[in-house]
Amino acid sequence: MKVQQISIFLENKPGRLSAPAKLLAATGVSIITLSLADTHQFGILRMIVTDQACALEVLRQAGFIVKTNEVVAVAVEDRPGGLAEVLEAMEDSDINVEYMYAFTSKSGDKAILIFRFEQPDAAIALLQQRGINVIGQVELFERASR
Amino acid sequence: MSELKAQPLQPFNEHSAMDYLPADQLRHVQRRRLEQVVAWVYERVEPYRARMEQAGVKPSDLRGLEDLARLPFTYKDDLRDHYPFGLFATGLNEIVRLHASSGTTGKPTVVAYTRQDVELWASVMCRTFAAVGVGPHDIVQNAYGYGLFTGGLGAHYGLEGIGATVIPISGGNTERQIMVMKDFGVTAICCTPSYFLHLIERAEAMGIAISELPIRVGVFGAEPWTEAMRQRVQDASGVKAMDIYGLSEIIGPGVASECCEQAGLHIFEDHFYPEVIDPDSGEVLPDGQRGELVITTLSKRAMPVIRYRTRDMTSIIPEPCGCGRTIRRIQRISARSDDMLIIRGVNVYPSQIETALLAVEGTLPHYQIILRRRNELDVMEVQVEVTEAFFSDKVRELEGLRKRLAGSIHSTTGLNADIRLVEAHTIARSEGKAKRVLDERYV
Repeated sequence: MKVQQISIFLENKPGRLSAPAKLLAATGVSIITLSLADTHQFGILRMIVTDQACALEVLRQAGFIVKTNEVVAVAVEDRPGGLAEVLEAMEDSDINVEYMYAFTSKSGDKAILIFRFEQPDAAIALLQQRGINVIGQVELFERASR
Repeated sequence: MSELKAQPLQPFNEHSAMDYLPADQLRHVQRRRLEQVVAWVYERVEPYRARMEQAGVKPSDLRGLEDLARLPFTYKDDLRDHYPFGLFATGLNEIVRLHASSGTTGKPTVVAYTRQDVELWASVMCRTFAAVGVGPHDIVQNAYGYGLFTGGLGAHYGLEGIGATVIPISGGNTERQIMVMKDFGVTAICCTPSYFLHLIERAEAMGIAISELPIRVGVFGAEPWTEAMRQRVQDASGVKAMDIYGLSEIIGPGVASECCEQAGLHIFEDHFYPEVIDPDSGEVLPDGQRGELVITTLSKRAMPVIRYRTRDMTSIIPEPCGCGRTIRRIQRISARSDDMLIIRGVNVYPSQIETALLAVEGTLPHYQIILRRRNELDVMEVQVEVTEAFFSDKVRELEGLRKRLAGSIHSTTGLNADIRLVEAHTIARSEGKAKRVLDERYV
């Protein structure tokens, strides 16, 4: 049920974000979603893409420092309280959310939350137990392209 | 992490006979050669004669090696002052080769060789390759620059002399270097240690693991590097990283070399007589004490140098070496007295920063030290390239890494450094000597 994410190290200076975007565009890899974490010195670009192997290859060839890891995607109703329900489920456990980001799927009625947990398997089990809709890579891609 | 690759046993090499001369015979050879060289320069090189007269010494006053301390020093500036040919002891008709240093500050320094000097140079380079374990069965990629720089041709003649197969590829064109290394089945390489790291990295990007290629020995010199850097190179590639030492003013590469023990560099002291001095007082220090290395060439003809101040900091290791060689060793040179930085009144060598950075897991020695002046205070920024080994998708971990790097520098030097993480390949890679410091304080 886990989803693959790639992260790229970027220096915090003008124009740095466009280089990986252009590279992926040139190879025909689509970005499903992304989030940028930044400090005054550097940024970490996190992305979920359609063809991870291909993205990794072109990025590494271009000299970027890239890492892959697993995140958890959750589909919630796109309405007030959608996020709160998921966070509530996590509150009682000792599972930490490292970071999260969100986007709405094309069909419009669902929002997708991407979570980075220290223990993703335990988190998935907990979420599913609470009846929360954890979605896998295939479903995520389908929702994003629908 | 790669296992160090197996090294074949090297049979005794005829070129190395002088490395094993009993100490009393060695001293006798040195004494005789010293008398000859001092008389040679006194007769033939006006600036040496003038200096000796000023100091009130004549060649006939030399009774033994200990009298060497009575002779004046020779400095790099002397070579510049007599640019280009003023310190030559023979006519150009006897000189068969000229080389010149890179001359980063002002005029280059020019050095000259007679045919006999070129042969001497080849012989000390043969001894170097024998000591690091390169022999006739090796195929060697010589990536030192060919040209005015002594590295390329110096290594070349030694490799041919010892019967190895030389690929005179010279520096640069990294992708072709990697292709040749792989396709030709190269077993040894000669280059600067920082360039070899660059090769490892580029090979990885091309999908080639140097640890899986036949290459097993790296003959690294031409810039100061640390023991920590050796470990990183060996761990990353499985290639045994050997340190060699030389400088063009003395002859080029071939002044001293490590042996299989990797515990100090044997100085070919039958030709290059070493002294270690206190750089401030000029006083000769006993073996074992650290100071500036001073070398007198005992056999060169075209351009001998007497008591040359190398600016390299080391000590002579008096204990015998496990390899059986009787010529003495010097400690690896990790600092030049020229390189010393004074930051907020603290003396720091770039090599200390390197050691501190490498003490943190996952780092590679791609770094640059930038010194600036802010509000009348020195500020040190250390740029460190991010590697896949320590990159994380979490901001917290990268900030933690910055703190660990700064902490490591603080505990070795007592100074606060602002660590700036930069993208890979953004610090300029040198194909020759690495430029570690940008001092913008007084520009």
